Parts: sequence; structure tokens; C-alpha cells
Amino acid sequence: MAQVITQPAPETPPRKRRAWRGVLVGWSFILPNFLGFALFTLVPMLAAFALAFVDWDSYRTPEWVGLDNFQRLLRDETFFVALRNTLYYAAGHIPLTLAAALGLALALNRRLRGVGFFRTAAFFPYITSLVAVAVVWNMLFNPTAGPVNQILQALGVDDPPRWAASTDWAMPAVIITSVWRDMGYYMVLFLAGLQAIPKEYHEAARVDGANAWHRFRRITLPCLRPTTFFVVVMLTIQSFKVLDLIVVMTDGGPGRSTLVLAQLVYREGITEGRFGYSSAIALVLFVIVLTVTVVQFRLNERRSDR
Amino acid sequence: MTALPDAPAVVAPPSPPGRPAGPRSRRPRPLRTALAYASLLAVALLVLVPFGWMVSSSLKRDNQVLTVPIEWIPREFRWSNFVEIWDRIPMLTYLGNSAFLSAAITVLQVLTGSFAAYGFAKVRFPGRDALFLAYIATIAVPWQAYMVPQYIMMQRAELTDTYWSIILLQAFGAFGVFLMRQYYLSIPDDLCEAARIDGLSEYGIYRRIMLPLSKPALASLAMLTFVNTWNDYMGPFIYLTSNDLWTVQLGLRSFVGQYDAEYAMIMTGAVLSVLPILVVFLFGQRYFIRGIATSGLKG
Repeated sequence: MAQVITQPAPETPPRKRRAWRGVLVGWSFILPNFLGFALFTLVPMLAAFALAFVDWDSYRTPEWVGLDNFQRLLRDETFFVALRNTLYYAAGHIPLTLAAALGLALALNRRLRGVGFFRTAAFFPYITSLVAVAVVWNMLFNPTAGPVNQILQALGVDDPPRWAASTDWAMPAVIITSVWRDMGYYMVLFLAGLQAIPKEYHEAARVDGANAWHRFRRITLPCLRPTTFFVVVMLTIQSFKVLDLIVVMTDGGPGRSTLVLAQLVYREGITEGRFGYSSAIALVLFVIVLTVTVVQFRLNERRSDR
Repeated sequence: MTALPDAPAVVAPPSPPGRPAGPRSRRPRPLRTALAYASLLAVALLVLVPFGWMVSSSLKRDNQVLTVPIEWIPREFRWSNFVEIWDRIPMLTYLGNSAFLSAAITVLQVLTGSFAAYGFAKVRFPGRDALFLAYIATIAVPWQAYMVPQYIMMQRAELTDTYWSIILLQAFGAFGVFLMRQYYLSIPDDLCEAARIDGLSEYGIYRRIMLPLSKPALASLAMLTFVNTWNDYMGPFIYLTSNDLWTVQLGLRSFVGQYDAEYAMIMTGAVLSVLPILVVFLFGQRYFIRGIATSGLKG
């Protein structure tokens, strides 16, 4: 519209025609992508909402049942197992990845010869295929002769955990693997945040006699707050929807010890063909992610107000 | 080997204007430098030991992989593993399938994504911003929440167990549009305006001005898409059942399931599945990092 304003007001018909041309030209650019996007993302997304209120197994015709699927959910013990496991995973994955990523970024935010190589190395696990990552870590975690347990034994742990072979330690094994894989990605975000902190702040604090710990507490952490917030939101979303790593590494086992919500959606919907019921689980998953994100935004606002 | 550049500051607030921090003449302190390098080395060990172990194991005999004590370096290097694997599993087919899928999806995503991004960034028409908001909103919805309706659609269209299902589902993502639009917004409108006055059509502006100017962003998008598709497990896992359509990830996973005691051969396969990504990454990591830092999100 800017160009219309700067020109002397033209007659109404050509302006109208031009507006129409704008619409046509604009849509012609967007359409090729939009067709695919609408058909394969938007429609399934809306359908997922509707399906949650429908009883539909692959053999029968769909039937509107209101909240039945959700009532069934409340009686489904497996659902609560999956919910608890998902929370467990999130409770481990979010803080550990945050700490590891921040630690990496602090260690690598230096002007040293060769630091680029180390940054590259730290980032590489993130783009390594999940299958390779899972295969390697499953062997590292081998209970009897795996390097992890051999190192633990050398450090004096007489009875090291059986990791993916035990119901108690399978989830920690998954969490350690996922922290190792994801920390490089969040490190990149933290590095960007660290490099935006004006050097004068640290210089001034040093002149005033602040030691390294004080500078970290009083300057680095407060200045990093926007980055940290963003990283926590991303980590939360990522944790609650975890699926592929679990499918490849433990497939939910042993027993149901690593079964997570997204995997239950997959099993109920695609393996068992219970389209309606699985969509109800998916909706719960989505609402959890949305709620946590909104709460985080609120908390962040309140803290910034102070 | 190229070095990872300082990531651009996008997430963090811009630094306030003021005197640029001049180089402070601080005396070099050898002890501090040594400590810094020691911490870097510890980081590198933590990150790289699993890779080292993967490569080392891929050059062993099966019964030498899980030994007590650990053998970090193979007693004898069995390069023959890298010859035998091509006969043990159809590795060449898997690699070819992965390459085809990744290339097809990347080309479609870059073409339609940058084209749509131009419409969103540089053409003004009513309803444009609302439409873009719909795009953004979908990025926030986890894919896991609508994978079942997608599957039903593909099943009804009888596209399961074909590449069409995966290409159609992944080639038109909102992510590419978002990434390219961010870049196009940074190109001044005056440039397009000048071209319009010179009589170039909108399509001409896109092709002759925007595309050449946005090469770095196109490279970022192409790399992120290629690597994501290459590494994708769930897509092929859900849709591809025929062995001759499998990607490298599916092939490797199934090999592990069938021959879980052939440790060395499994590691050989893992190395081969990671190698192409390593090459892509080392050639273009600058674009890779920039793409991640601009968008802050992935897949």
C-alpha cells in the first residue's frame, strides 16, 4: 500500500484493479506451497482435534461419542504409565541439557586458537542420525562388557546399573543419550547469547574486584535470561513430544518402563488402528505442551516486570 | 577443516550502542591458557569418545568389540568389514534411497518455500498476515499430535509404502517458508521498488534479484532439510514396509534387530550412515549454524 500513498491518488477503477492484481500475484507465489501445506499439515491437524471426539477403529464407521475417549483415558492404566514416563524424561532431559549446553557454551566462548574445532565437535552429535546414536550408546551401555560400566567399575562402583536391560535404569540411559545428542544444539543458542553481552560489563566488574563466580552470577546469567528462557521453552516442547529416540533405543521397554505419550499415540493409532482413541491421547499431549509453554511465558513476563 | 564461526546474535537482545570493546592489552597468562585448553579437551573427549568408539569398533572382529578391558584401538585393523557389509545388507540400495528422498524433498522445499516466502515478504495483499500467522501456529503444534490423521489420509489414498507419502508430507513444511521470509525481510523494499519501476514483474524480481541475493539462506534451508530427511526415522518407519524402499536408517535398524551379536558389522553400518552427513556438514556448517540461529527451531 505504501506505493499507493506516495503517488497522486489515482481513479478508483485502476486502484481496485491493482488491488485485485496484488491478491492474484500474492496468492500465485504462496499457492504451490500452500496447497501441500493445507492438505498435508492443516487438514490433518484439524482432523486430529475432531477425531478425539469420535469412536473410530479402522474396521468400523466413525461415530460421534463426545467425551467417551477421554473417560476411557482416565481408566487406562497404560496412559498414566506413559504420562509418568514422559514427565520423568522431561524432568531429566530439560535441566541436564540446559546445564550441559550452558557449560559447553561457557567453555567454548573463548578466543583461543582452535576453538572452532571444538565447537564443531560439540555440535556434531546433534546432526548424527538417531539410529547411529542409539546403536552406539546401546553398546556403550552394555551391562556386562560395555565401556560405561567398565569405567564405572574402575571408579569403584561394584554393582553398576544394567541400563537398558533393567526397568529402573532404561530411562536414565535414554536421558543421558539424549542430553549428549542435544547439548550441542542449545550450545549454539547460548553462544549467540554470550557473544551479545557487552564486554564492558565484565571489564567494569573486574575493575571493581568481582571474581569469576560473581561475574557469572551477576552479569552473565542475568544477561542470558532471554536466551535461557527460549532454550527452556524449546527443551520443554522437545521433551514432551519425544518419540524417535525411544522407538529406536528401547521401543518403550523393558516392559513399559520407557513408554512415552507420543509412542502410545503411535501404537494406538497406527499399529492398532484405534484412530479416535489415539487422537484423544494426542490432544492431551498437545494441551500439556501448550499449557507448559503458556505458563513459562507468564512466569517470564512476571519476572521481567520486577 | 573449517571452524565454526561465531553464531549471530538473534535470540539475545542487541548490544547497546557505545564504545566498541577495544583489544585490552592483558598479559598472556600461560597457566590460564593451559587450564582453558584442558577444559576444552575434557569437552572434546566427552563428545567424541562415542564416535571414536564407533569407528574403532567398525574395524574390529565381532568378538573384539565388547571386551574386558576395553580395547580403544583395534589389535588389527579389519578394513575388510567395509567391503563385506555391501554383501551382508543391500547398503547401496539403502544409501541410494536415502539420497533420492533427501534430494527430492530438499528441492521441493527450497523451491516452494522460497517462492511462498517472497509472497509473504514482498507482495502486499489483504489476508496475507493472517495466513502467515496460520503457518507459524502450525510450527508450534507437535507433529506427533497429528501423525495419525496423516496416516489415515495416506492409507485412504493408497500412498503408503510409496515415496509419495513421505515426499508429500515433508516437502511443504512451514519451516522453510518461515526461514526464507525472515531473510527476505532483511532485503530492503527499495530494491524491489526500483526493479518494479524498471518494469520487472514480481516473478522477475523473485528470480533475478531475490534468488541471487538469498543464496546463503537458500543454502541454510537446503542443508537443514537434507540432513533432517536423511536422519529421519519415524517417517520411513511408519510408511515404508518394502525392503527395497528402505532408507539407510531403516536398513541399519533392521540389521541391528536381526543380527544383534554382529557388533563390528553394525558399527560399520553406523559409520557408513553417518559419513555422508559428516561430509555435508563440514562443507557447509556455516550455513547450517546460521539457519539454526536465525530460526531457533527445527522440524
